[in-house]
Amino acid sequence: MGDNSLVLGHRVSEWCGVAPVLEEDIALANTALDLIGQTQLWLGLAAECEDRGRDADALAFRRDVWEFRNLLLVEQPNRDFGHTMMRQFLFDAWHSLVLAALKSSDNSAIAAIAEKSLKEVTYHMERSSDTVIALGDGTVESHKRMQAGLDRLWPYVGEMFQTDEHDLIDVAVLRPAFDELINDVLRTATLSIPTDNFTHKGGKTGARHTEHLGHMIATMQFLPRAYPDAKW
Amino acid sequence: MSTNDWPLWEIFIRGAHGLSHRHVGSLHAPDAEMAIKNARDVYTRRKEGVSIWAIESSAIAASSPEDKGSLYDPADDKVYRHPTFFDIPDEVGAM
Repeated sequence: MGDNSLVLGHRVSEWCGVAPVLEEDIALANTALDLIGQTQLWLGLAAECEDRGRDADALAFRRDVWEFRNLLLVEQPNRDFGHTMMRQFLFDAWHSLVLAALKSSDNSAIAAIAEKSLKEVTYHMERSSDTVIALGDGTVESHKRMQAGLDRLWPYVGEMFQTDEHDLIDVAVLRPAFDELINDVLRTATLSIPTDNFTHKGGKTGARHTEHLGHMIATMQFLPRAYPDAKW
Repeated sequence: MSTNDWPLWEIFIRGAHGLSHRHVGSLHAPDAEMAIKNARDVYTRRKEGVSIWAIESSAIAASSPEDKGSLYDPADDKVYRHPTFFDIPDEVGAM
């Protein structure tokens, strides 16, 4: 959970100052900050459970790419704004379902983080759904870009629902709810879901990240690696 | 895409229950719903409000600056319209 929010949070923050319009720029920065805030909670808890003297910062900034356990979807580069919003929408739909399930976790620390995060993610989902609909059912150009985004990202959807022994919940059972959620929005957006269900995997197991993650992490970790323990 | 395609909206935020909505600024958005969402992101990210109004700027009727003589000057010499001639007992508190 922490690696997903960290990697996507950093990706979304890359739009800061260069988004197509001022209002979207601020909205994206808010989303990025929400995700980084959630990262502090998840990785903070992970560090505590691990009990090896590391903190959230150490987990975020001092692990190398093969130690990351994020979904391949979130490490995909931003490309254009439509692609970014499609990635956000697919993740938000999954994220909101997972957090809703984690809210009833027996572990009170996990339940508390899920409850706090879900409020933020509910808004992310509203915003990304609206944007997917507005651009999908917008101009010829915006429709083309949203469909291209969906086609390009669809092979990364399957991984979100592959349960492994480290999962807190069985994510596979959330797939029907996810399909229902996205079908509604994508139909309204006049976009077609690709029929090929080929799935890339290896992100959440760490076995095979795409080539994009290493570049992103090199940028993200530059400062703490160049100036270890810097204070400001 | 450019904000020139989107209408301008005036945003009013109510800071707390019981207060009135105050004008906080303006922004661009394609429709009313997005104007409220944008206002949420632009103007309430530091817990500034509990309610948002968005009004398309073109729907606002405004007085003209050239008319300020006839509109406001006549009030200059009518101090008796200010309720400043009453002594308010301390126990009344803020009015």
